[in-house]
Amino acid sequence: MKSKIAIAFENCKKENRPALITYTVAGDNTKNNSLKILNKISKHADILECGFPHNTPIADGGQIQGSSHRALKNGIKLKDVFQIVKKFKKINPSKPLILMGYFNLIYQSGESNFLNNCKKSGVDGLIIVDLPYPENKNFAKKCKKKGITFIQLLSPTTSKDRMRKIIKDSHEMLYYISMLSTTGGKLKVSPKKILKNYNKIKRINPKKNLVIGFGITDKTISSLKSANGLVVGSMLCKIITNSLKMRQNPVTKLDKVVYNLKRKII
Amino acid sequence: MNLKIKKGVPLIDQHDKNFMYGGKFGGNFIPETLKKPIDDLTKLFSKLRKDKKFLKDRDFYFKNYIGAPTPFIKLEKLTDYLGGAQIYAKVVSEANGGAHKIYNATVHCLIAKKAGKKFIVGDTGAGYAGKMLSMAAKKFGLKCKIFMGAKDIKRQRPNVEAMRKNGAEIVPVTTGSQTLVDAVSECMRYWVANCDTTHMCVGSTVGPNIFVKICAWSTAQISRELMIQVKDEFGKIPKKIKLLNCVGGGSSAMGFWNEFMDTDAEFIGIEAGGPKNSKLHAAPLTNGSKIGILHGSAQYVIQDSEGQIGRTESISAGLDYPGISSLHCFLKDTKRAKYTCASDEEALKAYQLVSKFENISPSLEPSHAFAEAIKLAPKLKSSEIIIVNSCGDSLKDKDIIKQKLGSYVR
Ligand SMILES: Cc1ncc(COP(=O)(O)O)c(C=O)c1O
Repeated sequence: MKSKIAIAFENCKKENRPALITYTVAGDNTKNNSLKILNKISKHADILECGFPHNTPIADGGQIQGSSHRALKNGIKLKDVFQIVKKFKKINPSKPLILMGYFNLIYQSGESNFLNNCKKSGVDGLIIVDLPYPENKNFAKKCKKKGITFIQLLSPTTSKDRMRKIIKDSHEMLYYISMLSTTGGKLKVSPKKILKNYNKIKRINPKKNLVIGFGITDKTISSLKSANGLVVGSMLCKIITNSLKMRQNPVTKLDKVVYNLKRKII
Repeated sequence: MNLKIKKGVPLIDQHDKNFMYGGKFGGNFIPETLKKPIDDLTKLFSKLRKDKKFLKDRDFYFKNYIGAPTPFIKLEKLTDYLGGAQIYAKVVSEANGGAHKIYNATVHCLIAKKAGKKFIVGDTGAGYAGKMLSMAAKKFGLKCKIFMGAKDIKRQRPNVEAMRKNGAEIVPVTTGSQTLVDAVSECMRYWVANCDTTHMCVGSTVGPNIFVKICAWSTAQISRELMIQVKDEFGKIPKKIKLLNCVGGGSSAMGFWNEFMDTDAEFIGIEAGGPKNSKLHAAPLTNGSKIGILHGSAQYVIQDSEGQIGRTESISAGLDYPGISSLHCFLKDTKRAKYTCASDEEALKAYQLVSKFENISPSLEPSHAFAEAIKLAPKLKSSEIIIVNSCGDSLKDKDIIKQKLGSYVR
């Protein structure tokens, strides 16, 4: 059976456009609002990434740290994250949702227990920032057995040889980190160069759905639209920060922003 | 499964193919972007540590720049006062810069030069790691950036001033608890974004495996010297000898113990117990914290049941860290070393007592180890030996000591 993630990519290909992938943090700025946000933006986004926050993230920039901080301050726990996913999936059963976070939370809850909770709540995929290849081989296999997509990351520092190995062991979706940066950095590499690297990776196995993330905003998204998918994260976290500052409703604000992002890639 | 240490193999090399000690501590839990720089550094270091020319350079700088050997002295008055075991100190605070952090900093600069890097970044808590890195960077012509928690910048002023004088850029870290744990995170994030041009130095035996290795390999100089000094003093290694060392990340203790690994010497690590009446502390080994992942490495770490890293508290900025080196976790589980803790108050008292009786004045970090020596010595026979690593000088803690005790004597 095809995964919901694979189907989402197929649908986008039919429309000749990249998948729009959003990243927001579960519990930001409240549990309720983060669910409302997911429900709203899923009208425009093709795949939703949802962060489960950690208080010592070693690869996130200020914006996502800020979102995680807000969520943790509100007392978000893993069980709440799964609740949010479950409620979201009840309304949007076919929309793929990917959880993203750091390994310690999985380690503490136990890999199998964590994956069971993923399955029960309807999680489609996982991105674990600090569990690289080949250390992630066993965990990735466990995911596969449960029908959950484990998304491998590739970076500009990944050697060609290593890329081949990672891609060979990967599931249907791969994530290319556009540049050397934490999340939320300014795009310091030209879109042309990013796409050149992207195409090199695609050539290794054209069948894999390859998405680009890091540094993508409404300003840069259209220049990368030949990719299979584009991830926008920090920009959305920043919007939440700003709308809270200006006492605006982050839900309606994000709805508009994601709608606009979508318009730029169709 | 009973974990065992192998004899005759350097402790830092006793890991499996995933760089884990005892199958459960250490490793490389890092973002993909850091895989290659860490891989490159791992290869370079394994080459350099076998390279005669590199070792000659290292020894040259250890001797002529850092100052080897640092003194080994008997604390006669303290021994008399306490009655019981004979107390000695290895005065590592006499090393250039005033602490053991200079060994790691110097080696990292030598490696950075070999790697062709022009920039070096590092974290610091007490400010020693930062001060030493800024010193060594200046000496070797590298541009230096130091990440330091805003709280630590306030409480460790003398070291901050030293860094500035050495021309380092100090980046205040204002996230989280604004202490060492946040400084290390921020430094790692910076490295993720700049690993193509910049070398990273982790200030202790923590972080991804290669940093644990380089640091312990560097501070091992302390026990190489001590081994000779002990044999000079006693004619051999005494039967009943205890090596006491404070542990924050654990670099000072690893260096102090390394050469004695296969001997009968007893190792006691002293963690920061925090304020007497507080639930907060920085003693994951003493207080039975669970294994978790912090800064790319699996270790006993203070955390909640979900895996969020816990808050710590200690009067000593250098020990105020929720985790502990994977090497110390391994030493604990193999029962090769024992761990205990001293409270803020006990450390202050120990500082006071040692400074009053002796010509040395330990900073608040080694004062934790002295506190344990003061507790232990009266219970032991006069044939027994206690050696404390006095790895820092109280000068940097002048403000804190004045505030807590009313006056500062050195
Ligand atoms: C004087 C001194 N001792 C001990 C430590 C603790 O670190 P480690 O356990 O790595 O030696 C520090 C850290 O800053 C320090 O400055």
